[in-house]
Amino acid sequence: MIIPLDLIALFFLVVIALAAITVRDLLAAIVLLSAYSFIIATVWVEMHAVDVGFTEAAVGAGATTAFLIATLARTRRWEKR
Amino acid sequence: MRVRGKGKEHGQEQKHKRDVIVTTIARLMIPFIQMYALYVMVGTEGAGGGFQGGVVFAASFVLFVTAFGITRGRRRLPESWNAALSSLGLYFYAGIGLLCIILSLFSAQYLNYGALPLWEIIGRPETRGLMITFVVEVGIAITVMAVFTSIFFDLAWKGEEDKEDNKEEGGE
Repeated sequence: MIIPLDLIALFFLVVIALAAITVRDLLAAIVLLSAYSFIIATVWVEMHAVDVGFTEAAVGAGATTAFLIATLARTRRWEKR
Repeated sequence: MRVRGKGKEHGQEQKHKRDVIVTTIARLMIPFIQMYALYVMVGTEGAGGGFQGGVVFAASFVLFVTAFGITRGRRRLPESWNAALSSLGLYFYAGIGLLCIILSLFSAQYLNYGALPLWEIIGRPETRGLMITFVVEVGIAITVMAVFTSIFFDLAWKGEEDKEDNKEEGGE
């Protein structure tokens, strides 16, 4: 476990989470959530929890992104103000 | 009045042209993804990995649909198969649990893998339970794969169907 790497990754996590809830483009929000899942998966692996990291990468970055994009295809892309 | 099947094919051909790079890459990647899913499921010793293997297997179907379209994907894995597979895995899991009770003549608990006499047949006492978790994990993976694929097919299928309906109404 490397403390500075964790701190950098967690800082990026907070930034990406704030960006995902403030952005108006919903497709961009989905991609940001995918990036969030990917970074937290690397954090899990780096903390020696390979099982959790693998699950996060498969479900969070893979399946959930596909589901959300398929859902977005049925609605409109831009959030109303 | 147009024939519905004909209009469907026509509309699909117009909407997306299949890119040769995407289809070739998908053709190359899908067998490796499915092999990796099988490795995650049962390749390593010990329990765990059924859920992740099922999700990775479902991801290969998502890639197939992305590259080749929803109609070909549905033809490859029909809806009746989805319903059958999602309950088949559950039957594997529950059946192994019940088998433990029945074969030990009601002295062991539900899902007590050690009570199954399979390790006596193999002859290595340290592998008791391992072959059983193999079956259980395959069951979990089948159910997870079927349910994830079914969710994705439902989400993606409705969108295309609605668009086709609108187009047909506008055309007529």
